[in-house]
Amino acid sequence: MLRRGLVFVGVLAALVALWEAFKISAEAVNLTWPFPVNDRTFPHIHDIVGQLFEPSRRNGPMLIEVLWDAALFTAKEAFVGFLLGATVGFLIAVVLVHSNLLQRGFLPYIVASQTVPILAIAPMVVVWLGGRGLPGWFSVSVIAAYLTFFPVTISALRGLQSADPRALELMRSYAASRWKILWKLRVPASLPYLFAAFKISATASVVGAIIGELPASIQDGLGGAILNFNQYYLSSPTSLWATNLVAALLGIAFFLAIVGVERLVVRRAPEHVA
Amino acid sequence: MSENQIVVSLSGVSKRFATGGLEALRAIDLEVRPGEFISLIGPSGCGKSTLLRVVGDLVQPTEGRVVVNGKPAHQARLDRDYGMVFQDAVLYDWRTVAKNISLPLELLGWDRPRRAERVRELIELVELGGFEEHHPWELSGGMQQRVAIARALSFRPPLLLMDEPFGALDEMTRERMNMELLRIWQQSGGTILFVTHSIAEAVFLSTRVVVMSPRPGQIVGVVEIDLPQPRTADTREYPRFFELVTEVRELLRRGGTDFDAPVIEEELIAAEEGL
Repeated sequence: MLRRGLVFVGVLAALVALWEAFKISAEAVNLTWPFPVNDRTFPHIHDIVGQLFEPSRRNGPMLIEVLWDAALFTAKEAFVGFLLGATVGFLIAVVLVHSNLLQRGFLPYIVASQTVPILAIAPMVVVWLGGRGLPGWFSVSVIAAYLTFFPVTISALRGLQSADPRALELMRSYAASRWKILWKLRVPASLPYLFAAFKISATASVVGAIIGELPASIQDGLGGAILNFNQYYLSSPTSLWATNLVAALLGIAFFLAIVGVERLVVRRAPEHVA
Repeated sequence: MSENQIVVSLSGVSKRFATGGLEALRAIDLEVRPGEFISLIGPSGCGKSTLLRVVGDLVQPTEGRVVVNGKPAHQARLDRDYGMVFQDAVLYDWRTVAKNISLPLELLGWDRPRRAERVRELIELVELGGFEEHHPWELSGGMQQRVAIARALSFRPPLLLMDEPFGALDEMTRERMNMELLRIWQQSGGTILFVTHSIAEAVFLSTRVVVMSPRPGQIVGVVEIDLPQPRTADTREYPRFFELVTEVRELLRRGGTDFDAPVIEEELIAAEEGL
């Protein structure tokens, strides 16, 4: 545990040092390619972190307080989106695993769904759900779910098919129903695959929520903050960098939450643990 | 003897696999009486595993009649009239030893206390006391196979189908497991249909050995094993044991098993599975 902590701090320090070393050397040689390096394009790490503790506007609360609230708001959207997307994604896989015909018929469209840019879908979702009396952030959750379900469907399908053929034969020898085979064999066998997908989906749901806020014109989340600080980039570049830092931390938090749940749920031979 | 006193009755059973048209079994006739320990022996590719799956209604025969416990094989499967043990234990990694053993009981809808009681009995039977809460990957190959046997016996099926259950074990463990299986067979009083490609194992365990020949899988002959019961470690040293081993080997040779030829194992197994 101590060793892992030291490795973590070590890697973090190395990354910060690399950042600063690049900045110092690039400024010393007046680097102009691929981009000119100065405090505006490439701020110091300590300035970015320092910005968090500056007032976000004249006489306003500190930036970190504003971003904390925004992160919580986005986390709510992403969490609901993740649950929605993971559930739908899993159910699609359960249906498809029982029919080769459906699998061959529908899988291309599921893949195609992800080739449509999320920015093209998002406004439509907002229009469709906007007039339904649902809170605005729910549209954002649906957009996040759209990014979430895909990895879950693909991995769950693979996982549900991963059961040992002899284990399936064994289940047949017990005259087990499809439903029992699903719950007692296919689903437990799919858990490692499922959690690998959840890790991808959890971070994707955060990205989806942030992007989804833009067409939904939601100001309360990190997406709104990013849009806002983007406009003031010239006067305060570190505000945008600080917001990105918080967004990254939120994604990491989601990832770690999945890792934690996986530890509790998945009981597997040590060499099988992903 | 009337048919419902016979545990397994095969008449004119043939199997041709759709893919490749391989004829795995041809005109198999066999009757297994209650309490018998029957071994099916033959080289890889003789269809002995396929025959076992036909009895278990896991593979459908192309022709012939399969009666298990006086019923069509399909009904016998639905009635859970047999337990199955494979070469690999096929345990569920995510379940403990106790939970692996109780899996069929869960499917049968037994309540928790009744399951726990039965698992206790079985743990004792296969001598795995103290390992109830271990996971499969923490057990040796022999112990895993004992869990698989306990699982197959859990719902007290009158018939046990075993497909080379000790084939992956080392010689020493294998001989110990043979003794264990005989003890379990005698205690449970069931009938066993056992696939092996070890002549010594077949002779040591069985009341009858069914010798098969490859391509197509046919029965060459049946050897009555008249060694005294119960079998002990000494049984393997009786002159009669060696006579019977020789008899089985001769039948195998007559059936076309060439003991001198090199065997391309994988190819033959693939052929047997009908791939």
